[in-house]
Amino acid sequence: MHGFANPARFLRIARWLTPALLVVGLAMTAATVVYGLFYAPAERLQGETVRIIFLHIPTVWLGMAGWTTIAVASFVELVWRHPLAGIAARAAAVPGAVFTALGLATGSIWGRPAWGAWWVWDGRLTSFLVLLFLYLGYIALADSVDREGGSSRIPAIFGLVGAINIPIIHFSVTWWNSLHQPPSLTTGGSAMAPAFLWGVLAGVLGFSLLFGGVVLARMRAILAGVQAEARLRRKALEG
Amino acid sequence: MNALKPKHQRLVLLSVALVALIGAALLAAWALRNQASYFYVPSDMAANPPAPGQAVRLGGMVEQGSLKRRADGLTIDFVVGDGKARVPVVFSGIVPDLFVEGSGVVAEGSLRPDGTFAATDLLAKHDENYMPRELADMTEAQKREAIAETE
Repeated sequence: MHGFANPARFLRIARWLTPALLVVGLAMTAATVVYGLFYAPAERLQGETVRIIFLHIPTVWLGMAGWTTIAVASFVELVWRHPLAGIAARAAAVPGAVFTALGLATGSIWGRPAWGAWWVWDGRLTSFLVLLFLYLGYIALADSVDREGGSSRIPAIFGLVGAINIPIIHFSVTWWNSLHQPPSLTTGGSAMAPAFLWGVLAGVLGFSLLFGGVVLARMRAILAGVQAEARLRRKALEG
Repeated sequence: MNALKPKHQRLVLLSVALVALIGAALLAAWALRNQASYFYVPSDMAANPPAPGQAVRLGGMVEQGSLKRRADGLTIDFVVGDGKARVPVVFSGIVPDLFVEGSGVVAEGSLRPDGTFAATDLLAKHDENYMPRELADMTEAQKREAIAETE
C-alpha cells in the first residue's frame, strides 16, 4: 500500500497505464454505442426507447462509483495521510460530476417516452440529483482550499460525509415506493435478456476504463502543477 | 500499556464516526419511510383513505381485463390493484406508451366520494425486466432455446 503512495513510482506506472486505459475504454465505449444504437433488439414494451439504457446504466454507475472513489481516497488520506490519496479524490470529482449529469440527462430522455414525464420527484431521482449537488459542492470546496489555502482535510471530510448518499440512492427504490424500477442487475442475477445484458456490461466496463484513464491523467496534471510550483518557488529563492 | 499510534487512533476515530453517520442516516430513512414514498398502494388507501378531493398519487398494477374505453374515445376506466386491495380509476387523456394491462401505473389525482379515483395524470411504471420483442412472442421452450444459443 505504501509503495503506491510514492509519487515517483506512481508516475512511472501512470505514464503507460493512462493511454492504455483511455484507448481501450474509448474503443469499448464506441463499440457499446454502435451495438446499442444499431444492433440491439427493440424491447417488448419500451420499443426503441430501450437503446438509451446502454448509456444510462454505465453513466449512473460511474456517477456513484466516482463518489465511492472520493470517499475511499478521503478515508485513506485522513487515516494514513497519503498525499496521493487526496490528489486521487480531487481528480475523480469532475469526471464523476460529468457522468452524474449525463446519467440524469439520459434518464430524463428515457423517462419522457417510457413513463410519460421528463422528471418526477421520487426517491431515486431526487437522491441522484442530490449527488450532482454534492459533486458541485465538493469541487467548489476543494478548489477554494487549493486557492485560498487551508487544510485538505476539509474536502476529505466532506467526501466521507457525502458518501452516505450512495446507499440511499441504491436502496431508494426498495425502501420507498418510487416510479423508478428496482435494479435489473443484482448479485443474485439479471432480469435482463442476454441481448441487453452483455451490451450493458460491456458499456459499464468500457466507461469505467475511460473514467480510470481520465482520473489518472488528471492526477498526473495535478502532480505536475505541484512540481512546477515548487520549482518556481526554488528559482525565486535562488534568484 | 502502550498508547495507540496516531495512525491507529485516527483509524478508530474515523471508523466510529462513520458508523455513527450510517446509523443516523438509516434512522432518518426509516423515519421517512412513509413521507418519502412517491405514491400510495391500494391497500394503503383502503386502510387509511385520503379525504375526497385531496391530491394524492395511487400506484399499483393495472388489473388484467379491467381496461375499458368509453364511447367518447378519450376516457378510460381501469382497476389498480396490489394483490390485497383494488381501486377503480377513471382517466381522460393521452396515456403513455408503456401503459398496458398487467403493468405498473402511477396515477395522480384524487378520490371521489363514491370511492373511484379520478386521475388527472398517468405515469407508466416500468419493471426491472428487459426482454426483446421477438422473445416475448415466443413460447417458453423457444425462449430457452434462443437464450441457450446466445450463451
